[in-house]
Amino acid sequence: MPKADSKDMIGIINYGAGNIFSLTAALNRLGIPYGMINEVDEIASYDRIVIPGVGHAGTAMRKLQESGLAASIGKITKPVLGICVGMQLLTTFSEEGDSPLLNITPLKTLHFEGRITEKVPHMGWNKVFHENESPIFDNIKKDAYFYFVHSYFIEYNATFTAAFTQYGLKFSAAIQDKNFYGVQFHPEKSGEAGERLLLNFSNLY
Amino acid sequence: MLAKRIIPCLDVKDGRTVKGVNFVDLRDAGDPVELAWQYSRQGADELVFLDITATHERRKTTAELVKAVARQVNIPFTIGGGINELADADVLLHSGADKISINSAAVRNPGLINQMAEAFGIQFVVVAVDTRHVDGKNYVHLNGGRLKTDIETEDWIKEAESRGAGEILLTSMDHDGTKNGFDCDFLKKINDKLSIPLIASGGAGNMQHFVEVFQESNVDAALAASVFHYGEILIPELKDELRKQGIEVR
Repeated sequence: MPKADSKDMIGIINYGAGNIFSLTAALNRLGIPYGMINEVDEIASYDRIVIPGVGHAGTAMRKLQESGLAASIGKITKPVLGICVGMQLLTTFSEEGDSPLLNITPLKTLHFEGRITEKVPHMGWNKVFHENESPIFDNIKKDAYFYFVHSYFIEYNATFTAAFTQYGLKFSAAIQDKNFYGVQFHPEKSGEAGERLLLNFSNLY
Repeated sequence: MLAKRIIPCLDVKDGRTVKGVNFVDLRDAGDPVELAWQYSRQGADELVFLDITATHERRKTTAELVKAVARQVNIPFTIGGGINELADADVLLHSGADKISINSAAVRNPGLINQMAEAFGIQFVVVAVDTRHVDGKNYVHLNGGRLKTDIETEDWIKEAESRGAGEILLTSMDHDGTKNGFDCDFLKKINDKLSIPLIASGGAGNMQHFVEVFQESNVDAALAASVFHYGEILIPELKDELRKQGIEVR
């Protein structure tokens, strides 16, 4: 994997939603500089923003509100990438705890359970079919495998879905809404395809 | 559709791999990080580390191992061995582990599964179960399969699932080390009743055994150690064979 050629900084929204060691390790391997965003004023210091997240969407939203960052994220005009629960936060609502979320992209986050007969969580490597020419998938195969771990999914939408995956139903593996991007899978754990995606994001303007 | 996963398992003691490894291009066959990196390059879908370090320094050396792996390796991995309480798991989560596996500690204190699932999410909690046939039934065994319990394996796995296990790693001690194939009948019986992923372990000797375990029991993943470490099965060739047999792999 080539190293990042830009000295631009990624700011990671640091709101205590799970472990970010693997994410920072991947950025280190790729030579992508990054720092932590703990409060609103720090957002302006970075060129691109990543919202990580594992665990419960409602809990993540509460922590984001407590940190005071929730109200500012929707106003960011630089590229933003939400990963896993960080992606779900961009939507209006999650069935997980019936939680209202950031409401940036007009989509809903739904539970797999009761909608599919497959095992839940959806855990492992699945094919991601990108469409709409989203730049985060540059130089990535049309049906590349990425690593998923989740029980809730964002519904498929012809306008906002940047890539879809099939697991009992067709859902959004990635979304794009103007400068806001989201991926349901874990690029930091998805081998070379995942590293390529992080590198692509680090080159976005 | 989800790809079936192939998982090499590495035994580690005091930060070094225990069993011999026979890779041609390894600089240091005892270095778990280099080995893990090689496996990820060959197309392993995931890795399991079983840390059998017994010293009082264990928690620290395990955390250092996990950090070193997480820095280098771009696929998910599970760490098991000696995880007895929430604090053990917490250290490993923040060192970059994707999942932890608990075995005897969960049998002795089943509430540990609930606690861990609640604290870290079910996706972090793998319950490893060692099983052996005794008088026509399957019983959970502890201490690496040496100590029989009176708990029937099927009952325990259902209980682990209901308490919040995110995945089950089932090792058939009757098959482990025989290289005669996985215990497909029992794995199928368990898999049919589970709504969380099941990893098959014990008995892999050749590529056909992997074909059989996926075709006959439909488990989500298959784990093996020595056949990979000694180069008897190469992961790219195994994946080609599985693909040829119509099994979806990455």
